[in-house]
Amino acid sequence: MVEARIKKHPILTVDVTYDYVTFTFNGKKLKAKNEEMISSALFANGIHIFGRHNKDDSPQGIYCANGQCSQCLLIADRIPVKSCVTPVTEGMDVRSLDGLPTLLEDDEAVKTGGKTPVIKTQVLIIGGGPAGMSAALELAKMGIYCIICDDKQVLGGKLSLQTHNFFGSIRDCYAGSRGIDIGETLSTNVENENTLEIWTNSPVVGVFSDGLVGVVRDGKYVLVKPERLLITAGAREKTLAFPGCDLPGVYGVGAFQTLVNRDLVKPTDRLFIVGGGNVGLIGAYHALQSSIDVIGIAEALPECGGYKVHLDKIKRLGVPVYTSHTVLRAEGKDHLERVIVCEIDDKFSPIKGTEAVFEIDTLLIAVGLTPVDELKKQAEEFGLKTYAAGDAYIIAEASAAMISGRMTAHRILLDMGYEVEIPPELEELIKIFMSRPGPVKDITPLPKDKEIYPMIRCAQEIPCNPCTEACVLQNVKIKESTIMGRPQFEGDCLGCARCIAICPGLAITLVDKGYDNTKKTSRVIVPWEMPDGTIKIGQDVVTTNMEGEVVGRGKVIAMKKSKWQNERALVSLEVPYKEADLVAGIRIREPTRKKIIKVVKTVDDDEIIICRCERVTKKEIADYIKETGTIDVNAVKAALRVGMGACGGKTCTELIMQIFRESGIDLKDVESLVDRPFTQEVPLRAFLEGGDNR
Amino acid sequence: MTMKYDAIVIGAGSVGTPTAYFLSEAGLKVLVVDELASSGQGQNKAAIGGVRATHSDPAKIQICLQSLDIFSSWMEKTGTDIGWKKGGYCFPVFREKEEKILKSILPIQKKHGLKIDWFDSEGISKVVPGISKKGLIGGTFSPNDGQVSPLLVSESFTNEAMKFGAEFRYRESVIRLLTHGDKENLTVRGIKTTKREYRADAIVNAAGAHASSICKMAGLDIPINPDSHEAGITAPVKSFLDPLVVDIRPGTEGETANFYFGQQTGGQIIFCYTPIKIIPGEDRRSTSEFMPIMAKRMVELIPRFKNLTIRRIWRGLYPMTPDGIAVVGKPRGAEGLYLGIGMCGQGSMMGAGVGYNLAHLITKGSPAIERDVFNLLSPDRDFYSGKKEALK
Repeated sequence: MVEARIKKHPILTVDVTYDYVTFTFNGKKLKAKNEEMISSALFANGIHIFGRHNKDDSPQGIYCANGQCSQCLLIADRIPVKSCVTPVTEGMDVRSLDGLPTLLEDDEAVKTGGKTPVIKTQVLIIGGGPAGMSAALELAKMGIYCIICDDKQVLGGKLSLQTHNFFGSIRDCYAGSRGIDIGETLSTNVENENTLEIWTNSPVVGVFSDGLVGVVRDGKYVLVKPERLLITAGAREKTLAFPGCDLPGVYGVGAFQTLVNRDLVKPTDRLFIVGGGNVGLIGAYHALQSSIDVIGIAEALPECGGYKVHLDKIKRLGVPVYTSHTVLRAEGKDHLERVIVCEIDDKFSPIKGTEAVFEIDTLLIAVGLTPVDELKKQAEEFGLKTYAAGDAYIIAEASAAMISGRMTAHRILLDMGYEVEIPPELEELIKIFMSRPGPVKDITPLPKDKEIYPMIRCAQEIPCNPCTEACVLQNVKIKESTIMGRPQFEGDCLGCARCIAICPGLAITLVDKGYDNTKKTSRVIVPWEMPDGTIKIGQDVVTTNMEGEVVGRGKVIAMKKSKWQNERALVSLEVPYKEADLVAGIRIREPTRKKIIKVVKTVDDDEIIICRCERVTKKEIADYIKETGTIDVNAVKAALRVGMGACGGKTCTELIMQIFRESGIDLKDVESLVDRPFTQEVPLRAFLEGGDNR
Repeated sequence: MTMKYDAIVIGAGSVGTPTAYFLSEAGLKVLVVDELASSGQGQNKAAIGGVRATHSDPAKIQICLQSLDIFSSWMEKTGTDIGWKKGGYCFPVFREKEEKILKSILPIQKKHGLKIDWFDSEGISKVVPGISKKGLIGGTFSPNDGQVSPLLVSESFTNEAMKFGAEFRYRESVIRLLTHGDKENLTVRGIKTTKREYRADAIVNAAGAHASSICKMAGLDIPINPDSHEAGITAPVKSFLDPLVVDIRPGTEGETANFYFGQQTGGQIIFCYTPIKIIPGEDRRSTSEFMPIMAKRMVELIPRFKNLTIRRIWRGLYPMTPDGIAVVGKPRGAEGLYLGIGMCGQGSMMGAGVGYNLAHLITKGSPAIERDVFNLLSPDRDFYSGKKEALK
């Protein structure tokens, strides 16, 4: 079969000469990239169902792809493993996990080793993403010894999945650079500091009352005794509960980005997204960059919450965005086959008669993020000197996470008695980055009587300024006092197109008015980040305005991609004079038509799985709350086993709280779930050998 | 306004919920108060759920035989699953010292109706698949012992008691007992909680780790001091282990006095050890030491455990008495007060039987087991006589 891998990508380097290994799945020989995660190897081979749940035989597959949820469990060389964090090796015998695993009857005595080593450090940083690395670099400046733990194979956190250009300012947070490149820059800087010790492949699994922190370092359990603990573990994705939400094929945008952007696996040819915040909008863009069609995006609110520039860029490409819509149900026998989407009223109730069906095998959930803060809560309870930064503190953009990491590092230094000052500009920046995007305003009036000029369509106040620094003549300026202000062009333009290449929002085009005065055509340069071959020189294309409405037609006359453009191509279009100021993009797909269906099954609570690990339905939980009158999540847990599964309530807790609210209970009165170690399951073997080599 | 009941149970845990159930089943109007937000949220949910009549104290043997009866017939009686598993209890033996102790108490165990026998090493290997045969002498196996889910037990007792009309009030702490009479001869007739006053002719103290403070409110000095123990649970595997296993040797690491584990009906292995150095107090926060020590003991006894996955750990309190025996019955000098306390970490296995006997005592004036045997648990006994439970 043809492997489901991404063969070309506009931003990422696709190396087709990787080393292959051979492994088997249920006895069938398959090929994988050496050391890639088993789940990605299976997806690359078109296998999306990894097993069946022991409770009800329901199909199981990828959900978080982040080592958190255990839905991707299968048997590798006779031992159950999470396939999304276990690399495939030559000759590995992989089997689907159908029901409970059998404990291997291996009675050979094992060496139990000595005492678990305790490693001291000044600051233990949990999570090597933008916040953790930025904090570490700041601490290293003062010679502070830190250990940075990250559960992945490389540092970078979610930056490693972000192929788009970042907002913010160049000076403070590498604005205009791509997330992946920022991740590499930061990790190289971290590696170069000799007071920073990097522990990759090292999930932190517990904080204890004696002030020690448990880490599974490369498969072995060690304890760290930090003077201070900084939690920069990022965020996890929220979820939505609807019938079929647990089907393989329904997963988070984070999991999707891991598959496509980290592992270059192509999980599907077409998908649908629910959630029109930045995460969903960026996810759609990443899909299109991976030659995956996006059939549509549903957003529950009347307007998308994400940045307008993110929304516009996918609309220009022809992706329909359905506001005031939600997913009613997902259907399919063993895997997602279709979703039913409907309009909702101002109380978020479905409007009958608006149900539409989309035949797709992949639905991405992008309904917001929530801080990974269970370690923080425990550490605080145990009296550790605990700090949090980035998404683990407050959900915001990665640019904000970097600033927040640096700020928190300063706070740690102050608490340690160093005479440092928190730079006032950081305080200012953090406020700016935390603020919601401003209202959409009219764009700057057109420059009159100029032949060559940029059209800056930056209509919404967002914290961003790379264009002002890119302009050789310094004629792009933000007049307001902060980078929230909107850039304006005044004066002359050399036509260098640097502003177009750098604008993270792809919101600038360059107009060369008199391209061919005999034909009365202009040349418009638009930024382009789609795979090679999507458009060709000489091709006649449909042009759109900023928001994706069709303007007319244009001819591709040049396509230029060079190093300084940061992998972004500049496409020159020949368009009629009168359309030149309007054209902002090229449509690559015809917007999908909604197919309204007549007969729709009403949604029953007993169809909705809330606790994935233990397969508990919404009805069971709602009935229990109603019948017993309980206000204690722990009672629901005791009675129904919600939150007792592998993930420990990471996915379902918020949904359960929602059911309490729907049952008419004030959430202030609800007793919350008691957290206990471990935050993720630990192989018993990890505890045995810790002391041997230290 | 003061509310009037026939009986008030303080504590909705391992002892309180079955007591409330049996009292309300007998037709009494019952109130249960608990300081936490729902039933079983104190030490009950920290229990691993083993239920054995394999004790050396005759009262404990008889009461736990009743617990076993109640648990094993619960599904039939109520239609509710409480995770009951009749897998027996196995005490494997590797040293003569433990062989001697276990063999010495076999006669008394058998006399009081426990089905238990000594098995040689071959027999024990069959009962406990994968057990290390190195130095294995043999052990006892009592096939009628078993396991429950403590969480489901307190939940089910609560629900069934409610069906009989019992009221449960949570997030209410008892601040004092309503009494009359002089100091030496009090009569207890109600409680005052953080919310209101309630009256009843019978007040049952089933307050677990906090039982001592309730006794003090009636002028009673019952020595119950909690110490803390950690436990944990694995991800589930296919059922392979029937009995709950107690390895009563001290561990080679020098930290553990004994350890025990069993496989739940859902497939998880649940485990716990008793530290050599008792940790007194009410600290319920997990320590970093527990799992590394525990893991070593587990694989030393059963090497195949190395392929298990640890899911969660927690810590609970053992309300200990000086002689290691529970305190059940009517204390002298506090008319109207009944005690079901000092379970020494065995509330989950004793609770049902204790509740049954307390209800009997309150409604019929006598316990369900023989009075002489019941009196071994008397609140008025000498706690420092030097007599100790062998299988604490």
